Amino acid sequence: MTDAIHTTVDAKGLSCPMPIVKTAQAAKNVPAGELIEVLATDPGSVKDFAAWTRSTGNAIIEQSEEDGGVFRFVIKRA
Amino acid sequence: MTTESAAPPVSTDVPAEAQLAEAIATAAQPAATDSTPVQRQLVIINWSGEYDKVMPMLIMGSVAAASGYKAQVFLTFLGLLPFVKDEKRITGENWMQKMLSFMQRPGISHLKMSQMNFMGMGPWMIGKLSKQYNVASPKELLEACQLMGVEFLPCQMTMDMFGLKREDMIDGLGEPVGAATVLELMTEERTASLFI
Repeated sequence: MTDAIHTTVDAKGLSCPMPIVKTAQAAKNVPAGELIEVLATDPGSVKDFAAWTRSTGNAIIEQSEEDGGVFRFVIKRA
Repeated sequence: MTTESAAPPVSTDVPAEAQLAEAIATAAQPAATDSTPVQRQLVIINWSGEYDKVMPMLIMGSVAAASGYKAQVFLTFLGLLPFVKDEKRITGENWMQKMLSFMQRPGISHLKMSQMNFMGMGPWMIGKLSKQYNVASPKELLEACQLMGVEFLPCQMTMDMFGLKREDMIDGLGEPVGAATVLELMTEERTASLFI
């Protein structure tokens, strides 16, 4: 495991369900233990990513709201 | 030609009690699959085929697949028509089947709304608003579903009734099935079923 981001998913501007779908697609190519960074502007993604990680076993290890209403999640691949 | 003896071979060097005890011990052991939880499933009966019904079906299906659920969608009655190829205009073999496809153009890009259709003004405005607010179109969502592995199962009876052939339908659909298959899927463990 490394602390560097393995893959970044830019879901800015996308509405439900595409941030989740794009992240799930990207996650297929990320090995276990590696980190995925997700950038989204959909306010619903805060609750949605929490639910998605509970369903899939992946873990949100960092979460912040950046400038310009961008939500940033760092997800550790299960 | 092989010859088979009627009686199964019995090993004589192990006492019967020991054989029985071993058989009981083996039977009592849980199968390896019992310890791993059964995969969660979402089964959607897609029976309406209108814009405002197809959208939530595609959204729930794609998110279910993205969340590690096994997602299956049964395409029946009017819900089958959006899964005809977009470029098909008139489908069917007899005049009634052809007339029906004229009354409602099939294909994922030609959906009507169940309310506020207004001769196509409703879907046109929803399309414009979707672009403005970056909401994926039904076609894009269908592609996402297929990419994520959502399984679409056409209803055999509906295909027959509308005179639809496999070559009329989009690529990547499952084998046509009937109600008994869907009922079995709906009643499996850890499965949620929706009629949309």
